[in-house]
Amino acid sequence: MFESILFYTLAAFILGFGVLVVTARNTVHCVVFLVANFLCVAMIYVMLGAEFLAIIQVLVYAGGIVVLYLFVVMLVNLKRGPDAAPDRRRQSRVGFVLAAVMLAEISAILVYSAARPASAVAAAAATPLQTVGNTEVVGMLLYTDYLIPFEVASMLLLVAMIGAILLAKKEI
Amino acid sequence: MIDNFVIPLVKILVVLNATLVGVTYMVLLERKVIAWAQSRLGPMRVGPYGILQPVADALKLMIKEDITPVRADKWVFTVAPILSMVPALIVYAVIPFGPIVQMFGHPVSLYITDINVGLLYIVSVASVGVYGIILAGYASNSKYPLLASLRASAQLISYEVAVTLTLVSVILMSGSLSMVSIVRAQESSGMWYAFVQPLAFGIFFIGSLAETNRAPFDMPEAEQELTGGFHTEYSGMRFALFFLAEYANMIVVSAVATTLFLGGWLRPFPNVHVLSFLGFVPGWIWFLLKTFVFIYVFIWIRATLPRYRYDQLMRLGWKVLIPLGIANLVVTAILKVLL
Repeated sequence: MFESILFYTLAAFILGFGVLVVTARNTVHCVVFLVANFLCVAMIYVMLGAEFLAIIQVLVYAGGIVVLYLFVVMLVNLKRGPDAAPDRRRQSRVGFVLAAVMLAEISAILVYSAARPASAVAAAAATPLQTVGNTEVVGMLLYTDYLIPFEVASMLLLVAMIGAILLAKKEI
Repeated sequence: MIDNFVIPLVKILVVLNATLVGVTYMVLLERKVIAWAQSRLGPMRVGPYGILQPVADALKLMIKEDITPVRADKWVFTVAPILSMVPALIVYAVIPFGPIVQMFGHPVSLYITDINVGLLYIVSVASVGVYGIILAGYASNSKYPLLASLRASAQLISYEVAVTLTLVSVILMSGSLSMVSIVRAQESSGMWYAFVQPLAFGIFFIGSLAETNRAPFDMPEAEQELTGGFHTEYSGMRFALFFLAEYANMIVVSAVATTLFLGGWLRPFPNVHVLSFLGFVPGWIWFLLKTFVFIYVFIWIRATLPRYRYDQLMRLGWKVLIPLGIANLVVTAILKVLL
């Protein structure tokens, strides 16, 4: 009971902040709402018992990436919004297609979960929560089952870093 | 009921009040110590030897006019001090002031909570604290605060990397992210980590000076260049919030350094049995004493060292501290596997 009240409150906040991110006039305000949005998402993770993920969400997204966004936004200083797109009708067509895809996805999920036997859902929910704390479990999984994706991701980041250095430095 | 609600609430109340009172008295301590370092007397008028000065300061800040500049972004201007105050206070939730003790027949833990990602929680909350500074500089709509806030955030982000690297080597030593377990690990190994990880301790200390914007790294509030830093346009209580946040952060980094490197609530030399008479002093007093030593050294450094130049600061961070931190981490990891 208490959990569902908390969940729906948080969900409302997340959606509300999400709407504010795209509608706020001032770009800096948008970034602040984005931070609030990420913090609320982190709280949802805490509710799910994934405190490691929650902390990483705050550390990486709210504390790292969005700070850089804020830097860029402040330095570029978008006093007036970007000009309206030259082709309004093409934009709305793309938007329509995206909305249709989204709707199809959501209904597919709904149909799938309805078709899934209730016993499977109950079994998934009844899986005992790990007792060692999920930092250890996440670390274990990352370095055993998901080693290749993990290494590929770190390679990608390394390439991005070297690329940034190349772009920023005229002579090497 | 009493264990789940009353005791935690009382603990939160005690910690928050102690922090705020501690912060105001830290300002007095700083003024006194710097005055003595410069052969002056410091505040002497309010109360005997000026010990009531914090009360007078607080009263003055509360009744001062609170000005919002006309061209400021009002909404962000109001939110910014709150955004820097709240992270500075919620960090205290995971700091272990002492072990579990018996109090009026109830087992009471001398920390508000012990989550198993405690150290990461501190790092992430500190990284959110940057917003207060950036947004204050932006919202003031004035060039000096903007410059100062850009400096401050660049400095914070750079030194955060070095500090976090030292934390990783501490985590490798203790095998846990929980603050209480880190102290327990130092107890069972019989050594403060300052002796096992001297390099990490040094980097952490320098990095924490930079992260709290203290001299010799107080670039963001270099009076001679920037008139006053990111809070130039703030006045009254909102200015006081920034001030409180800064000093609360100083206490936090001192407490974290105590927990990670100086054995938290453990007595000095926990493995020497001759000194076991020191165990009569309760753990939380040891903790506060060690924290106080750090705070005192912070003030002492401010009275002694001149300010760095900005490029020196950045060079020190990126070219000295971060490579040293990485080297220390690699060596620690190798030794940990071998031994």
